[in-house]
Amino acid sequence: MRKLKRLGRSASDILTYVVLAVLGILWVLPIVYLVYTAFRVTPSTGIINTLFPKDLRLGFGNFTRLFQDTIFSRWLGNTLLVSFSSCALTTAFVLMVSYALSRMRFRLRKPLMNVLLVLGMFPGFMSMIAVYFILKAMSLTNSLFALILVYSGSAALSYYICKGFFDTVPKAMEEAAILDGANQPMVFWKIILPMAKPIIVYTVLTSFISPWCDFIFVNTIISDRNKYTVSLGLYKMINAEKNSFNDNFTVFCAGAFIVGAIIVTLFMSMQRYYVEGVTSGAVKG
Amino acid sequence: MEEKAEKNPMGTRKNGVILAFKNGSAVTRLSFLFMGFGQIARGQIAKGVGYMVLQALFTLYTLFFGGRYILHLFSGDLGSRLSGEHWNEELQIFEKIKGDNSFLILLYGVISIVLALLFVFVWRMNVKGSYENDKRLFSGHKVATLQDDLHELFNRKFYTLLLALPLLGLLIFTVMPLLFMVLIAFTNYDYAHMPPGRLFDWVGFANFKTMFSLSGGTSGFAFVFLRVLLWTFVWAFFATFTNYFLGLIIALLIHKKGIKLKALWRTLFVVAIAIPQFVTLLLMQKILDGDGILNKLLGTNILWLTDQRYFSILPRLMIILVNIWIGVPYTLLMSSGILMNIPTDYYEAARIDGANAVRIFFAITMPYMLHITTPYLITQFVGNINNFNVIWLLTGGGPVDNVYYGGGTQAQSTDLLVTWLYRLTTDRNPTYNVASVIGIVIFVICSVLSLITFNRTSAAKNEGAFQ
Repeated sequence: MRKLKRLGRSASDILTYVVLAVLGILWVLPIVYLVYTAFRVTPSTGIINTLFPKDLRLGFGNFTRLFQDTIFSRWLGNTLLVSFSSCALTTAFVLMVSYALSRMRFRLRKPLMNVLLVLGMFPGFMSMIAVYFILKAMSLTNSLFALILVYSGSAALSYYICKGFFDTVPKAMEEAAILDGANQPMVFWKIILPMAKPIIVYTVLTSFISPWCDFIFVNTIISDRNKYTVSLGLYKMINAEKNSFNDNFTVFCAGAFIVGAIIVTLFMSMQRYYVEGVTSGAVKG
Repeated sequence: MEEKAEKNPMGTRKNGVILAFKNGSAVTRLSFLFMGFGQIARGQIAKGVGYMVLQALFTLYTLFFGGRYILHLFSGDLGSRLSGEHWNEELQIFEKIKGDNSFLILLYGVISIVLALLFVFVWRMNVKGSYENDKRLFSGHKVATLQDDLHELFNRKFYTLLLALPLLGLLIFTVMPLLFMVLIAFTNYDYAHMPPGRLFDWVGFANFKTMFSLSGGTSGFAFVFLRVLLWTFVWAFFATFTNYFLGLIIALLIHKKGIKLKALWRTLFVVAIAIPQFVTLLLMQKILDGDGILNKLLGTNILWLTDQRYFSILPRLMIILVNIWIGVPYTLLMSSGILMNIPTDYYEAARIDGANAVRIFFAITMPYMLHITTPYLITQFVGNINNFNVIWLLTGGGPVDNVYYGGGTQAQSTDLLVTWLYRLTTDRNPTYNVASVIGIVIFVICSVLSLITFNRTSAAKNEGAFQ
C-alpha cells in the first residue's frame, strides 16, 4: 500500500516535471530565437523561415553594426538619463503622496484618494496630443526633459500599493517619535522610509523599466533622431521604411538583446523585492 | 491655522469667506481687493508680500494673455478669423493678419481657467488668513509669526508640502489634458476642421448623437460601438483570468512538494519579463504572419492574425494566447510570492481532516489568493480594457471587416475601444471629436468599475486596521 502511494507520488512528480518542461520550453523558445537572431550574421539580415539555414554563421556582426552604423549608443545614453531621472522623481512623488495619504489626516483626504483613483483610470496616451501642445506651449518639445516630466508627472496616481504598505506600519512608533520631539519630516525619513525598503525598490524598479519599453509617448513628443530612446530607436529601425524590416531585423534583435540583458539583470537582482511589492499592497484585511 | 468653516447657531456650516466679510475687520475686508494687506498690516511681511506678488503676476497674466482666451471660451467663440490676406478699408491695402486658431484658443482657455481656479484658491487662503488674524487679536492672542507658520508646515500641515509638487504634475499632465479632451468631444474638430487652415466650433451633443444613433443600421456607429465594447470586455475578461489562473497553476506546480530546482524553474518563466513588450509582440507578429515561420514549419497556410471568418475568431484567440505568454510570468511571480505566505497550519488542519489536494486547493488556496489579490485583479482588468500594445502591435486592430464594422466608423474586428480611438486620431483623416467621445466612455466605464470595487475591498475599509 505504501509502496503504491510512493509510486503514485513519483508518477505525479514526473508528470509535473514534464508539464513544467513543456511550458518552460514554450516560454524560453522565443527568447532563444531572439538571442539566436541577434548573433546570426548570415544568411540574411531579415527574418528567415528555416531554423537552421545552410550557410549559417554566428558572430558579433550585428552588434558592431548596431554601434557603428546606428546611433544606438546615443539612444542608450538618452534612455539611461531619462530613466534615472524619471525614476528618482517618480519614486519621490509616490513616497510623498503615499505618506501624506496614509499617515496624515486632513479634511480632503478621502475625496482626494477617490479623485486620484478615478484619474488613474484615464489612459495616458489618450490625451497625448493635448500633452504635446501643453509641452509646446512651454517650448519643451523635442527635449529629454519633457520626456522625464511626462513619465513622472502622473506619479501621484500610483500611490495605491505604496500607501497600502505604509498603512501597515504601527501608529505607535510614530507617536513615540513625536513625543520625543520629532517633526513630520523626521518621522518620514527616520521611521517610515527605512521600513519601506521593499516598496521603494519596487517603485524604483517599475519606474526605471518603463522608459525602456514605451515608444508611443516618445514618438509623439520627440521627432529628433538624436533624442530618441532605445525603444523608439529600435521600433523605427524596423518600421521606418518598407524594407527596413528585412534590412535591420538582426540588428534590431541585437539591440533588443542588450535592453533585455539590462532589464533581466536588474530584475533578477531585485526579484524578491518585486514580489514583496506587488503583494504588500494587498496583503491585509 | 486650520481653516475650518465656523458653525453658526443653527449648526450648519458657513462659508468662511462670507463670514470673513461679515465679521472681519476693515483690514480683512481690504484684503478682499488687495491680497496680502491683512497679513502685512499685522506684521506677517513675508506672507503678505508673497500674496501681493502672486496677485500682481496673475493680473498681468490675465490682462496680457489669459483673459482673452477665457472670454473666448465663455462667449462660446472658438475663433472666426482665418489667417491670410484681408482687405483693409481705411488704408486701401491687403493686410496679412494672423488668424485665430481654435485649437490654441481651447487649449490656452483651459490652461487659463485652471490657473484662475488656482488663483481663487490662493485668494480664499489670503482672506481666511486675514480673518484668522482678526479672531486671534480679538481673543487677545498674537498673530502667528513666520516661525509659527513654518512649525505648522513641518508638523500638522506637512501634507501640503508633500502633496504640492506631485499634484502640480498631475494638474499639468493629467487634469488639463483630460479637460481638454472632454471639451473636444463637444466640438466638430476633425479632418474637415483642422486649424489653422480651417477652424472648428462647438456642436453640443452632436458627436454623442453620431456615436449612439441607430441610423447607420447594423454596421453604423451604434452597433459597431456595441461590438467593440463587447469585445473589449470579452478580451479584458479572458486576458485577466487566463493569466491569473495559468500563473497560479504554474506557481502551484513549481511549489509542489518534491519538485527540485524551484528557483531554476521560476527563472525560466520570469526571464520573459526582460524582453520589452513591443519586441515580443513584433516578433510574434512576424512569426504568426501569413508567410511567417510558423506556417513554414507546419507546412500550412493559416492566416493566424488576419482570418476574418467567423467573426475573426482565430485572430482573437491568437491575441489571447500571445497575451498569456506575456502576462503569465508576472502573475506567476506574484502568486508564488503569496503561496509562500499562506500559513501552513491551514494546510495541516485540512490534511488531518483528510482533505485531498483538489479540495485543499478549492477550500484554502483559491479563497486565500482571491481575497488577497482582488485589488490586483481589478487593476489588471482595467489595464486590459486599455491594453493598447498587445492589440496594436499584433493585429493593428485588424482584420478589416466591412460587413460588421463598416459605415465610416473606421473600427476593425479586433479593435478595443482604445485602439479604435487611437486609429481615429492618427488616421490620415482624423476625427478627434468622435475619438474624444470614445475616450469619455472608456473613462466612465473604468472609473465606475474601479471606484465601486476599490471602495468595497477590505483594504479600503480597514486601512487603519494595522496601525
